Amino acid sequence: MRRLLLAALLILPVAAHAQSGIALTDAFTRAAAVGGVGGAFVTIANTGAADRLTGVASPDAEKAELHESLVDNGIMKMRPVSGIDVPAGAAVKLAPGGYHIMLMGLKHALVAGEAIQLTLTFAKAGPVTTTARILKAGASMPAGHGMDGHGMGGHDMGQMPGMSMPGMPMHDAPAK
Amino acid sequence: MPKPTEHISPKPENGGKFVFGVLGLLFAVLIVGAGITMWLGGATPGGLSIGGPFSLADGDGKRVTDRDLRGKFMLVYFGYTFCPDVCPTTLNQVAEAMDRLGPRADRVQTVFITIDPKRDTSPVMKQYVASFGPRIMGLTGTEAEIAAVAKEFRVYYAPHRTGDGPNDYTMDHSSVLYLLGPDGTFISPLRADAGAEQLAADLAKLLN
Ligand SMILES: [Cu+2]
Repeated sequence: MRRLLLAALLILPVAAHAQSGIALTDAFTRAAAVGGVGGAFVTIANTGAADRLTGVASPDAEKAELHESLVDNGIMKMRPVSGIDVPAGAAVKLAPGGYHIMLMGLKHALVAGEAIQLTLTFAKAGPVTTTARILKAGASMPAGHGMDGHGMGGHDMGQMPGMSMPGMPMHDAPAK
Repeated sequence: MPKPTEHISPKPENGGKFVFGVLGLLFAVLIVGAGITMWLGGATPGGLSIGGPFSLADGDGKRVTDRDLRGKFMLVYFGYTFCPDVCPTTLNQVAEAMDRLGPRADRVQTVFITIDPKRDTSPVMKQYVASFGPRIMGLTGTEAEIAAVAKEFRVYYAPHRTGDGPNDYTMDHSSVLYLLGPDGTFISPLRADAGAEQLAADLAKLLN
Protein backbone atom coordinates (compact mmCIF):
# COMPACT_ATOMS: atom_id res chain seq x y z
CA MET A 1 0.00 0.00 0.00
CA ARG A 2 2.71 2.41 0.99
CA ARG A 3 4.68 1.32 -2.10
CA LEU A 4 1.73 2.13 -4.28
CA LEU A 5 1.31 5.51 -2.66
CA LEU A 6 4.98 6.32 -3.15
CA ALA A 7 4.82 5.29 -6.77
CA ALA A 8 1.80 7.51 -7.28
CA LEU A 9 3.56 10.43 -5.61
CA LEU A 10 6.57 9.94 -7.83
CA ILE A 11 4.58 10.08 -11.00
CA LEU A 12 1.83 12.55 -10.18
CA PRO A 13 3.59 15.88 -9.86
CA VAL A 14 5.40 15.87 -13.19
CA ALA A 15 3.88 17.64 -16.13
CA ALA A 16 6.20 18.12 -19.03
CA HIS A 17 5.58 19.86 -22.26
CA ALA A 18 7.73 17.94 -24.68
CA GLN A 19 8.20 20.54 -27.40
CA SER A 20 8.72 23.60 -25.25
CA GLY A 21 11.01 22.38 -22.51
CA ILE A 22 8.66 23.60 -19.80
CA ALA A 23 8.25 21.10 -16.97
CA LEU A 24 6.09 21.57 -13.88
CA THR A 25 6.99 19.71 -10.71
CA ASP A 26 6.09 19.62 -7.03
CA ALA A 27 2.73 21.32 -7.45
CA PHE A 28 0.81 21.59 -4.22
CA THR A 29 -1.99 23.48 -2.59
CA ARG A 30 -3.52 23.39 0.86
CA ALA A 31 -6.75 22.36 2.49
CA ALA A 32 -9.34 25.14 2.20
CA ALA A 33 -13.08 25.68 2.53
CA VAL A 34 -15.58 25.78 -0.32
CA GLY A 35 -16.11 29.33 -1.55
CA GLY A 36 -12.83 30.43 0.00
CA VAL A 37 -9.40 31.07 -1.41
CA GLY A 38 -6.40 28.83 -1.80
CA GLY A 39 -2.77 29.30 -2.64
CA ALA A 40 -1.12 26.89 -5.05
CA PHE A 41 2.60 26.49 -5.62
CA VAL A 42 4.69 24.82 -8.30
CA THR A 43 8.22 24.65 -9.64
CA ILE A 44 8.61 25.60 -13.30
CA ALA A 45 11.70 24.31 -15.05
CA ASN A 46 12.56 25.56 -18.49
CA THR A 47 15.05 23.65 -20.62
CA GLY A 48 13.97 25.55 -23.72
CA ALA A 49 14.00 29.19 -24.78
CA ALA A 50 13.07 32.04 -22.45
CA ASP A 51 9.35 32.05 -21.75
CA ARG A 52 6.83 33.80 -19.55
CA LEU A 53 4.01 32.48 -17.41
CA THR A 54 1.04 34.66 -18.29
CA GLY A 55 -2.02 32.95 -16.88
CA VAL A 56 -3.41 30.25 -14.63
CA ALA A 57 -6.67 28.37 -14.36
CA SER A 58 -8.18 25.54 -12.38
CA PRO A 59 -11.46 23.73 -12.96
CA ASP A 60 -11.86 23.74 -9.18
CA ALA A 61 -11.91 27.55 -8.78
CA GLU A 62 -14.06 30.31 -10.24
CA LYS A 63 -10.99 32.42 -10.80
CA ALA A 64 -7.23 32.01 -10.59
CA GLU A 65 -4.58 34.70 -10.64
CA LEU A 66 -0.83 35.04 -10.30
CA HIS A 67 0.09 36.79 -7.07
CA GLU A 68 3.18 37.83 -5.23
CA SER A 69 3.60 38.09 -1.47
CA LEU A 70 6.13 40.59 -0.27
CA VAL A 71 7.22 42.15 2.97
CA ASP A 72 7.67 45.89 2.78
CA ASN A 73 8.95 47.49 5.98
CA GLY A 74 7.49 44.70 8.10
CA ILE A 75 4.14 44.97 6.31
CA MET A 76 2.88 41.85 4.54
CA LYS A 77 1.44 42.59 1.12
CA MET A 78 -0.12 40.53 -1.64
CA ARG A 79 -0.26 41.85 -5.18
CA PRO A 80 -1.50 40.44 -8.48
CA VAL A 81 1.23 40.19 -11.10
CA SER A 82 0.69 40.17 -14.87
CA GLY A 83 3.20 37.40 -15.48
CA ILE A 84 6.35 35.67 -14.29
CA ASP A 85 9.44 35.36 -16.47
CA VAL A 86 10.93 31.91 -16.85
CA PRO A 87 14.40 32.45 -18.33
CA ALA A 88 16.01 29.88 -20.62
CA GLY A 89 17.63 27.05 -18.70
CA ALA A 90 16.25 28.29 -15.39
CA ALA A 91 13.85 27.00 -12.77
CA VAL A 92 11.39 29.33 -11.12
CA LYS A 93 9.84 28.25 -7.88
CA LEU A 94 6.43 29.49 -6.84
CA ALA A 95 6.67 29.02 -3.10
CA PRO A 96 5.17 30.41 0.13
CA GLY A 97 6.50 33.89 0.80
CA GLY A 98 7.00 34.59 -2.91
CA TYR A 99 4.83 33.94 -5.92
CA HIS A 100 1.66 31.90 -5.69
CA ILE A 101 -1.30 30.91 -7.77
CA MET A 102 -4.30 32.48 -6.10
CA LEU A 103 -7.40 30.32 -6.35
CA MET A 104 -10.57 32.27 -5.67
CA GLY A 105 -14.13 31.06 -5.30
CA LEU A 106 -13.27 27.42 -4.66
CA LYS A 107 -16.03 25.25 -6.12
CA HIS A 108 -15.56 22.59 -3.47
CA ALA A 109 -13.58 22.15 -0.28
CA LEU A 110 -9.94 21.28 -0.83
CA VAL A 111 -9.37 18.17 1.24
CA ALA A 112 -5.87 17.14 2.33
CA GLY A 113 -4.76 14.00 0.52
CA GLU A 114 -6.74 14.76 -2.61
CA ALA A 115 -5.54 16.67 -5.66
CA ILE A 116 -6.64 19.37 -8.09
CA GLN A 117 -5.75 20.27 -11.66
CA LEU A 118 -3.86 23.44 -12.53
CA THR A 119 -3.28 24.76 -16.02
CA LEU A 120 -0.49 27.26 -16.45
CA THR A 121 -0.37 29.20 -19.70
CA PHE A 122 2.95 30.34 -21.09
CA ALA A 123 3.53 32.95 -23.75
CA LYS A 124 5.42 30.49 -25.97
CA ALA A 125 4.74 27.02 -24.61
CA GLY A 126 1.00 27.60 -24.31
CA PRO A 127 -1.04 25.73 -21.70
CA VAL A 128 0.65 23.12 -19.50
CA THR A 129 -1.43 21.16 -17.02
CA THR A 130 -0.29 19.58 -13.79
CA THR A 131 -1.78 17.94 -10.73
CA ALA A 132 -1.40 19.70 -7.41
CA ARG A 133 -1.52 17.63 -4.26
CA ILE A 134 -3.60 19.05 -1.44
CA LEU A 135 -1.55 19.25 1.75
CA LYS A 136 -2.98 20.13 5.14
CA ALA A 137 -3.83 23.78 5.83
CA GLY A 138 -0.77 26.00 5.84
CA ALA A 139 1.64 23.17 5.06
CA SER A 140 4.56 23.43 2.67
CA MET A 141 6.57 20.85 0.81
CA PRO A 142 8.90 18.96 3.17
CA ALA A 143 12.39 20.23 3.88
CA GLY A 144 15.06 19.26 1.42
CA HIS A 145 12.50 18.81 -1.25
CA GLY A 146 12.87 22.21 -2.75
CA MET A 147 16.00 24.27 -3.05
CA ASP A 148 16.00 26.25 0.18
CA GLY A 149 15.32 23.46 2.68
CA HIS A 150 13.41 25.82 4.93
CA GLY A 151 11.84 23.09 7.00
CA MET A 152 8.44 24.69 6.82
CA GLY A 153 5.72 22.29 7.85
CA GLY A 154 5.01 19.01 6.19
CA HIS A 155 6.36 16.85 9.01
CA ASP A 156 3.74 14.29 8.22
CA MET A 157 5.36 13.75 4.86
CA GLY A 158 8.91 14.11 6.07
CA GLN A 159 8.46 10.83 7.90
CA MET A 160 8.57 8.83 4.72
CA PRO A 161 12.16 7.73 4.67
CA GLY A 162 14.38 7.51 1.67
CA MET A 163 11.92 9.17 -0.58
CA SER A 164 13.32 10.79 -3.66
CA MET A 165 10.86 12.85 -5.55
CA PRO A 166 11.28 14.56 -8.87
CA GLY A 167 12.48 18.05 -8.14
CA MET A 168 15.72 19.80 -8.84
CA PRO A 169 17.59 19.36 -11.05
CA MET A 170 15.08 20.07 -13.72
CA HIS A 171 15.96 17.20 -16.04
CA ASP A 172 15.23 14.56 -13.42
CA ALA A 173 13.05 11.88 -14.84
CA PRO A 174 10.50 10.23 -12.57
CA ALA A 175 12.27 7.14 -11.26
CA LYS A 176 10.97 3.65 -12.07
CA MET B 1 16.29 71.04 -15.72
CA PRO B 2 18.19 70.08 -12.55
CA LYS B 3 19.59 66.60 -12.27
CA PRO B 4 17.66 64.35 -9.89
CA THR B 5 20.71 63.92 -7.65
CA GLU B 6 21.42 67.63 -7.33
CA HIS B 7 19.75 68.09 -3.94
CA ILE B 8 22.27 65.84 -2.18
CA SER B 9 25.27 67.89 -3.23
CA PRO B 10 26.60 70.37 -0.61
CA LYS B 11 24.70 73.64 -0.45
CA PRO B 12 25.51 77.07 0.97
CA GLU B 13 25.36 77.48 4.79
CA ASN B 14 21.72 78.47 4.91
CA GLY B 15 20.63 75.15 3.48
CA GLY B 16 22.77 73.30 6.03
CA LYS B 17 21.31 75.26 8.94
CA PHE B 18 17.83 74.56 7.69
CA VAL B 19 18.49 70.82 7.55
CA PHE B 20 19.95 70.88 11.06
CA GLY B 21 16.93 72.80 12.31
CA VAL B 22 14.52 70.31 10.81
CA LEU B 23 16.45 67.33 12.19
CA GLY B 24 16.56 68.90 15.65
CA LEU B 25 12.85 69.55 15.62
CA LEU B 26 12.12 66.02 14.41
CA PHE B 27 14.28 64.60 17.17
CA ALA B 28 12.50 66.68 19.79
CA VAL B 29 9.11 65.55 18.49
CA LEU B 30 10.23 61.91 18.57
CA ILE B 31 11.43 62.14 22.16
CA VAL B 32 8.30 63.89 23.38
CA GLY B 33 6.13 61.51 21.38
CA ALA B 34 7.86 58.45 22.80
CA GLY B 35 7.50 59.87 26.31
CA ILE B 36 3.79 60.47 25.89
CA THR B 37 3.27 57.02 24.41
CA MET B 38 5.03 55.33 27.32
CA TRP B 39 3.15 57.45 29.81
CA LEU B 40 -0.23 56.68 28.25
CA GLY B 41 0.44 53.04 27.56
CA GLY B 42 2.08 52.01 30.81
CA ALA B 43 5.34 50.90 29.26
CA THR B 44 6.83 47.50 29.95
CA PRO B 45 10.47 47.32 31.07
CA GLY B 46 11.51 47.10 27.44
CA GLY B 47 9.74 50.38 26.71
CA LEU B 48 7.17 48.65 24.51
CA SER B 49 3.49 48.77 25.17
CA ILE B 50 1.68 46.00 23.34
CA GLY B 51 -1.73 44.66 24.17
CA GLY B 52 -4.67 46.00 26.12
CA PRO B 53 -8.35 45.49 26.75
CA PHE B 54 -10.49 44.17 23.90
CA SER B 55 -13.91 42.72 23.30
CA LEU B 56 -14.28 40.55 20.21
CA ALA B 57 -16.44 37.71 18.88
CA ASP B 58 -15.37 34.08 18.64
CA GLY B 59 -16.42 31.57 15.99
CA ASP B 60 -19.88 31.20 17.52
CA GLY B 61 -20.38 34.94 17.83
CA LYS B 62 -19.82 34.77 21.58
CA ARG B 63 -18.03 37.72 23.19
CA VAL B 64 -14.45 37.15 24.29
CA THR B 65 -12.52 39.81 26.18
CA ASP B 66 -8.89 40.04 27.19
CA ARG B 67 -10.05 39.31 30.76
CA ASP B 68 -11.52 35.97 29.66
CA LEU B 69 -8.08 34.94 28.40
CA ARG B 70 -6.19 35.79 31.59
CA GLY B 71 -4.54 32.93 33.42
CA LYS B 72 -2.97 31.58 30.26
CA PHE B 73 -0.20 32.83 28.05
CA MET B 74 -1.64 34.32 24.89
CA LEU B 75 0.07 33.73 21.56
CA VAL B 76 -1.61 36.11 19.16
CA TYR B 77 -1.34 36.60 15.41
CA PHE B 78 -3.15 39.10 13.20
CA GLY B 79 -4.09 38.26 9.62
CA TYR B 80 -7.03 37.42 7.39
CA THR B 81 -8.53 34.29 5.93
CA PHE B 82 -8.34 35.49 2.31
CA CYS B 83 -4.57 35.40 2.68
CA PRO B 84 -3.48 32.13 1.04
CA ASP B 85 0.21 32.34 1.74
CA VAL B 86 1.82 33.82 4.84
CA CYS B 87 -1.16 33.69 7.20
CA PRO B 88 -1.89 29.96 6.84
CA THR B 89 1.82 29.17 6.81
CA THR B 90 2.20 31.01 10.11
CA LEU B 91 -0.86 29.42 11.69
CA ASN B 92 0.34 25.98 10.66
CA GLN B 93 3.72 26.72 12.24
CA VAL B 94 1.96 27.83 15.41
CA ALA B 95 -0.20 24.69 15.48
CA GLU B 96 2.83 22.45 14.93
CA ALA B 97 4.85 24.30 17.57
CA MET B 98 2.00 23.74 20.05
CA ASP B 99 2.01 20.03 19.24
CA ARG B 100 5.73 19.93 19.91
CA LEU B 101 5.30 21.61 23.29
CA GLY B 102 3.22 18.70 24.51
CA PRO B 103 1.42 19.29 27.83
CA ARG B 104 3.03 22.73 28.16
CA ALA B 105 0.87 23.88 25.27
CA ASP B 106 -2.13 23.74 27.60
CA ARG B 107 -0.78 26.84 29.30
CA VAL B 108 -1.00 28.81 26.05
CA GLN B 109 -4.09 30.11 24.30
CA THR B 110 -3.34 30.71 20.62
CA VAL B 111 -5.45 33.47 19.11
CA PHE B 112 -5.91 34.54 15.50
CA ILE B 113 -7.44 38.01 15.15
CA THR B 114 -8.67 39.08 11.72
CA ILE B 115 -7.90 42.51 10.31
CA ASP B 116 -10.51 41.90 7.58
CA PRO B 117 -13.74 41.79 9.61
CA LYS B 118 -15.89 42.56 6.57
CA ARG B 119 -15.17 39.16 5.03
CA ASP B 120 -14.08 37.31 8.15
CA THR B 121 -17.36 36.82 9.97
CA SER B 122 -17.62 34.46 12.94
CA PRO B 123 -18.66 31.43 10.82
CA VAL B 124 -15.82 32.07 8.34
CA MET B 125 -13.32 32.35 11.18
CA LYS B 126 -14.66 29.24 12.89
CA GLN B 127 -14.24 27.09 9.81
CA TYR B 128 -10.85 28.58 9.00
CA VAL B 129 -9.14 28.11 12.36
CA ALA B 130 -10.57 24.58 12.68
CA SER B 131 -8.45 23.57 9.69
CA PHE B 132 -5.36 24.11 11.86
CA GLY B 133 -6.55 21.86 14.66
CA PRO B 134 -8.47 22.54 17.86
CA ARG B 135 -6.08 24.97 19.57
CA ILE B 136 -6.44 28.23 17.67
CA MET B 137 -9.21 30.62 18.68
CA GLY B 138 -10.38 32.86 15.83
CA LEU B 139 -11.65 36.31 16.80
CA THR B 140 -13.43 38.94 14.76
CA GLY B 141 -15.49 42.03 15.55
CA THR B 142 -16.88 45.25 14.18
CA GLU B 143 -14.62 47.51 12.14
CA ALA B 144 -14.24 49.71 15.23
CA GLU B 145 -13.42 46.81 17.55
CA ILE B 146 -10.78 45.50 15.17
CA ALA B 147 -9.32 48.97 14.71
CA ALA B 148 -9.07 49.33 18.49
CA VAL B 149 -7.37 45.99 19.14
CA ALA B 150 -5.00 46.47 16.19
CA LYS B 151 -3.98 49.83 17.58
CA GLU B 152 -3.29 48.33 21.00
CA PHE B 153 -1.10 45.67 19.45
CA ARG B 154 0.51 48.16 17.06
CA VAL B 155 -0.69 46.25 14.07
CA TYR B 156 -0.96 48.20 10.85
CA TYR B 157 -3.52 47.14 8.25
CA ALA B 158 -5.11 48.65 5.17
CA PRO B 159 -7.10 47.30 2.23
CA HIS B 160 -5.51 47.32 -1.21
CA ARG B 161 -7.95 47.33 -4.15
CA THR B 162 -7.32 44.78 -6.89
CA GLY B 163 -10.52 45.28 -8.90
CA ASP B 164 -13.99 46.82 -8.94
CA GLY B 165 -15.90 44.05 -7.18
CA PRO B 166 -16.77 44.21 -3.48
CA ASN B 167 -14.34 41.40 -2.71
CA ASP B 168 -11.58 42.59 -5.01
CA TYR B 169 -9.12 43.64 -2.38
CA THR B 170 -6.23 42.24 -0.42
CA MET B 171 -5.08 43.44 2.98
CA ASP B 172 -1.69 44.89 3.76
CA HIS B 173 -0.89 44.04 7.38
CA SER B 174 1.85 43.69 9.95
CA SER B 175 2.76 40.03 10.17
CA VAL B 176 3.60 39.70 13.83
CA LEU B 177 3.32 36.99 16.42
CA TYR B 178 3.22 38.17 20.04
CA LEU B 179 3.40 36.34 23.34
CA LEU B 180 1.61 37.87 26.32
CA GLY B 181 1.80 36.62 29.87
CA PRO B 182 -1.03 35.13 31.95
CA ASP B 183 -1.60 38.61 33.43
CA GLY B 184 -1.95 40.16 29.97
CA THR B 185 1.42 41.89 29.88
CA PHE B 186 3.52 41.77 26.76
CA ILE B 187 6.43 39.32 26.87
CA SER B 188 8.00 39.10 23.43
CA PRO B 189 7.48 39.07 19.70
CA LEU B 190 8.19 35.68 18.12
CA ARG B 191 9.36 34.61 14.70
CA ALA B 192 7.28 32.03 12.93
CA ASP B 193 9.29 31.92 9.73
CA ALA B 194 12.13 29.91 11.26
CA GLY B 195 10.01 26.79 11.46
CA ALA B 196 7.80 25.08 14.01
CA GLU B 197 10.73 23.45 15.82
CA GLN B 198 12.44 26.79 16.41
CA LEU B 199 9.17 28.43 17.43
CA ALA B 200 8.51 25.66 19.94
CA ALA B 201 12.02 26.07 21.37
CA ASP B 202 11.61 29.86 21.63
CA LEU B 203 8.23 29.42 23.32
CA ALA B 204 9.54 26.82 25.76
CA LYS B 205 12.10 29.33 27.02
CA LEU B 206 9.44 31.97 27.61
CA LEU B 207 6.82 29.82 29.34
CA ASN B 208 7.85 30.19 32.94
CU1 LIG C 1 -2.92 35.82 -3.42
